Amino acid sequence: MAPLFYIFAALAILAALSVVLQRTPVYSALSLIVVLCSLAVVYLLLGAEFLAVVQVIVYAGAIMVLFVLVIMLLNASPEAPTDRSRVAKYLGAPLLAVFLGEILYAVWKHYPPASTVSAPAMGGAPRAIGELLFRNYVLPFEVTSILILVAILGAVVLAKKQL
Amino acid sequence: MVPLAHILALSVILFGLGVAGFIVRRNIITIFMCIELMLNAVNLAFIGFSRYLGNLDGQIFVFFVIVVAAAEAAVGLAIIIAVQRHRESLSIDDFNSMKM
Amino acid sequence: MAMPSSLPFTLFLILAKVAVVLLVLLTTVAYAVWLERKVVARIQSRWGPYLVGPHGLLQPLADGLKIFFKEDFVPAEVDRVVFWLAPFVAFSLALLSIAVIPFGESITIAGEIVRFQITDLNVGLLFVLAVTSLGVYGVALAGWSSNSKYPLLGGLRSSAQMISYELSLGLGLVSVVMLAGSLSLREIVTAQHALWNVFKQPIGFLIYFIAAVAETNRVPFDLPEGESELVGGFHTEYSSLKFAMFFMAEYANIVTVSCLATLLFFGGWLGPVFGPPLLRSLLPVFWFGLKVFGFLFVYIWIRGTLPRFRYDQLMAFGWKFLLPVGLLNVLVTGLILAMRSS
Repeated sequence: MAPLFYIFAALAILAALSVVLQRTPVYSALSLIVVLCSLAVVYLLLGAEFLAVVQVIVYAGAIMVLFVLVIMLLNASPEAPTDRSRVAKYLGAPLLAVFLGEILYAVWKHYPPASTVSAPAMGGAPRAIGELLFRNYVLPFEVTSILILVAILGAVVLAKKQL
Repeated sequence: MVPLAHILALSVILFGLGVAGFIVRRNIITIFMCIELMLNAVNLAFIGFSRYLGNLDGQIFVFFVIVVAAAEAAVGLAIIIAVQRHRESLSIDDFNSMKM
Repeated sequence: MAMPSSLPFTLFLILAKVAVVLLVLLTTVAYAVWLERKVVARIQSRWGPYLVGPHGLLQPLADGLKIFFKEDFVPAEVDRVVFWLAPFVAFSLALLSIAVIPFGESITIAGEIVRFQITDLNVGLLFVLAVTSLGVYGVALAGWSSNSKYPLLGGLRSSAQMISYELSLGLGLVSVVMLAGSLSLREIVTAQHALWNVFKQPIGFLIYFIAAVAETNRVPFDLPEGESELVGGFHTEYSSLKFAMFFMAEYANIVTVSCLATLLFFGGWLGPVFGPPLLRSLLPVFWFGLKVFGFLFVYIWIRGTLPRFRYDQLMAFGWKFLLPVGLLNVLVTGLILAMRSS
């Protein structure tokens, strides 16, 4: 079980690097799909089976399709490399590494690996999520349906050629 | 079992890569994709904590984050399409004035 | 899923199951092509293939060999990575959903109870939906990477059609899940031992089947790849092995959808069972195969009979008719279930 997590974590990191570093937008989108699917496997390994499948259906299968279709429609061409700031080029990556290192250090101190290894197997089963969603969280659930309606209307109006 | 620190480490690395991409890249759509990467890193952290604390509320939160990300992606891409029609360009260097 | 005593044995069992299922699936795909050509030919008052082997039964073999020897022509302006990737994505996704489909109850081999299913996920139905929604990429990427008018149009239209009918597909499934109370395919079948779901959910079945025909890009919804409209649609620029992969992916999708339709609405492997234990294990598989064959025949029958929808009629039908009817069906089912349980 544990080696699978590290394999898919490594895959997710490699794909995320590809998202950030690729010049062509379509390749970035495809790499992001790989990230989403490897994260879905990680969710499965962590016991969130319903969310893993929802992630694939909604995120990788609908949102990213939207991204890919928009990239195709707008004919996004590969980015030309810009040379605007030497400071950014030489200081950027090291500063990012320092920033990440600090956060990782704080996390490691707060949740030492040895003490947080075991956890009870809990159901991410659809029934459990459904019960929680429709009992405790029914108000946010209904509000998000209105949110989605507003988003649909907004997207249709904004993308029209003339109102 | 995977220690919580490792899950959070993965989440932090993905989030950092998302921030880096958001700041460095010039193409709007790629910037948008780095935002989605950051959202996913946060989702992973939620699920990690939900597993460690034995509480399903984290997963419900992830559910709502996914829904909101979907709505945001739809509207954001519609805005990008509309703006590209006016400016004929997808590079944020060209979007540097408030006036269309 | 209960783990037998040894890990190597489990691994061997799973690999053996995967090999057998893939072999059967690929043979079924090859002979589905033969079946289609024969049935459509008979509908059109002609013979169809009958020269190669008795009644043309070796025709798929001849076609396969022919495809291997064709020149693999890659146009100059294509995006090479994505052009190469698209057929692989389409084909592997088409083969993936067979992993959760149960063909029968179980069989006892050497004292171990082996189920006729590669794996029984408790979110099995959602897994199939996930694979279906990822299937849009094969088409969209093929259309875009070909860098040519007809494939681009075909690819965009096809992906828009697939996304639209995914919703109705899901709604058709929701009512079945409400009746069975579970997302596991095995449990949905066992919940039908009293009465098949097609009698409890006739509208749900129609919605599911129409949406499935649209999802698999088949007549009457095959405008994106209709020959007289768009040359070949999204696979115009493909040849030889890559084209064969798209072709096989389409038929594998049809087989998967037929399997799902029998599992969800026609009782899967349920049917009269009698005789010694070996026969008892194999008869359900036979009934399952018979029902899937029936659905394949209906698919091909529809192809031979109906004309093609125009694109705007297709989209209007999906959004303005099928989706509201699906929602209404879910509402009425929920209402009846709630009244029955109170």
